[in-house]
Amino acid sequence: MTDDTNLQGIPAPEGDVDLIETEYDIGQDNIEGAVGPFGFDIHNPVFLISGLSIVAFVVYALLAPTQAADFFGWLRPALTSSFDWFFLLSANVFVIFCLALIVLPVGKVRLGGADATPDYSYAGWFAMLFAAGMGIGLMFFGVLEPAYYFATPWGDAPLGTIRPFAEDGTLIEANVQEARQMALAATSYHWALHPWAIYAVVALALALFTYNKGLPLTIRSAFYPLLGERVWGWWGHIIDTLAVFATLFGLATSLGFGAQQANAGLNYVYGIPQSITVQVILIVAITAVALISVLRGLDGGVKVLSEINMVMAFALLIFVLFAAGAATILSEFGEGIVGYFREVVPLSNPFGREDTGYMQGWTAFYWAWWISWSPFVGMFIARVSRGRTVREFVTCVLIIPSLVCVLWMAVFGGAAINDMIANPETSAVKANVIDTYSPELSLFAMLESLPMASITSTLGIILVIVFFVTSSDSGSLVIDTITAGGKIDAPVPQRVFWCTFEGLVAIALLIGGGLASLQAMVISTGLPFTVVLLLLCYAIWRGLKAEPT
Amino acid sequence: MFRHIMVPVDLGHADRLDRALGVAADLARHYGARVTYVGVTVPQPSTVAHNPEEFAEKLARFAAAETEVRGVVDAGSHPIVSHDPTIDLDGRLASAADELGADLIVMGSHIPRRFELRSHGGHLAALSHHSVMLVRDPA
Repeated sequence: MTDDTNLQGIPAPEGDVDLIETEYDIGQDNIEGAVGPFGFDIHNPVFLISGLSIVAFVVYALLAPTQAADFFGWLRPALTSSFDWFFLLSANVFVIFCLALIVLPVGKVRLGGADATPDYSYAGWFAMLFAAGMGIGLMFFGVLEPAYYFATPWGDAPLGTIRPFAEDGTLIEANVQEARQMALAATSYHWALHPWAIYAVVALALALFTYNKGLPLTIRSAFYPLLGERVWGWWGHIIDTLAVFATLFGLATSLGFGAQQANAGLNYVYGIPQSITVQVILIVAITAVALISVLRGLDGGVKVLSEINMVMAFALLIFVLFAAGAATILSEFGEGIVGYFREVVPLSNPFGREDTGYMQGWTAFYWAWWISWSPFVGMFIARVSRGRTVREFVTCVLIIPSLVCVLWMAVFGGAAINDMIANPETSAVKANVIDTYSPELSLFAMLESLPMASITSTLGIILVIVFFVTSSDSGSLVIDTITAGGKIDAPVPQRVFWCTFEGLVAIALLIGGGLASLQAMVISTGLPFTVVLLLLCYAIWRGLKAEPT
Repeated sequence: MFRHIMVPVDLGHADRLDRALGVAADLARHYGARVTYVGVTVPQPSTVAHNPEEFAEKLARFAAAETEVRGVVDAGSHPIVSHDPTIDLDGRLASAADELGADLIVMGSHIPRRFELRSHGGHLAALSHHSVMLVRDPA
């Protein structure tokens, strides 16, 4: 600890927050220097270990593709089927914990101290929350999931609901309403309270320990109540390295798959051939735009792009709503919400279930996926959330995005389901989701059933691409901050490095194979992180109780 | 000639700004100008302070110390909170000069904390409507 006259150190705690007194000075383990004209200010050893281990894993996946595919191809389903109960129960704990924070007196603690004011307007804040964490999923699963649950012929219907189509493909009118309501409820279960509670726990832990306790903005800071000063040593290095690892591989593998999906869309709409070359061009283009975004900064790039994307997504939502019949869709939205509240308890109960195909293949997989993304999304949410009270924060991260997601699923899924009901013989959605499984085409198949399909499909492809950009740029900022030991103002070349590195890893895996293996590995990190998140709930509770009220 | 001098300071490396601070103080005495010390911080904890409020206090103390040590008669401080100073630093400084009504900016050229892609001083001179004096540190 340094005294007040030395302006380089962290000073003694003061003011109306419960600052944690630590011997650690931000940046004390950093190395500053330059390679040629490029400056750096990196955390030793987190930067090097994460960078080198990422390269090592890429090389492993490229050199031993079959072995890697076999191992990780076995590992992920093995984890989600053995630990399904653990994922489901933990996610329930996160939801209950967050709901409790809204109603308990600790909810009035303000992030950043009693007098802090919010940095961002609600609009900018929501745009960034969505664009970083979920936008791309809405594009990919908005049609796929409700349509799939509605009519899956593979026996993995949620809670074993009755089927709306007979063996020969004819519609059974009497079963339609129940199947549709369950499809929307089961989709909403995956996109509403539970995933956002996972993000909220991580984001709140980071925001609290950064803004109120004065610790650096890295994942390890949230562990201070549990590990004490040891977070600045190897325990902390491991935690931060794991977070970098999950974030970079999560982004790179999604980028690889995203390029394949965008290519499939371009092929479906414009007949552009599906090839590695087109996909590499897409990755380069996405990375280039993400690079421009990070070079324009958080306010001038990331936020602007997120807002543009939200406007486009909203326009598409409104279009589908009216083109598919607003009255019907809105009544289905109401039906979906009622169904959600009716089914959320049976869906989230892990015991005595017979629908293991749904519970393990979808729910446990989703929970592992959200949890493996939570260090990245949580840290990004934390970065833009100073000045909100805990109650406001949890309400806004939990309730409002949940409503938007349920609405989105009701509109896109409802339109797709209605098309399947109206035209069971000719529906493109049914052909691409139920009769053959081409998930990447589900959105475009649904849009085809509505007017102006070529315009809306193009908008859909642009949205898919731009949502990737907004994940990629915010992810690069997060990784840059973690590997700079929590410094926000690390030199520009560092964020350029991470953004480019992510694109290169995606290209290497796309060409050499291994995207699926490494994505399976990332999702596998969901299991240890679940334990971590449970501990974070305790850390948050301890931290909030210590705040002056 | 000049009525209000703005001096951007990096509190994390204030020891390396000696020459620029001396020049600013001399000019202020010569022209009878007011001096405002401007610092940029982030909402998150940094090497300098836990939070923006604490940063503001430290900057104010810095300005007070300058008054005492270098005999600047009319000194003030102006903290700026930036979400992403790696990118916005120069732009925020340029607009701060406008807000403050400063007619001269005196700063250490290339605050020697790291080797950036571009020099902050040079970029600020390009962005600002006011006179900018860059003082290179002999070290």
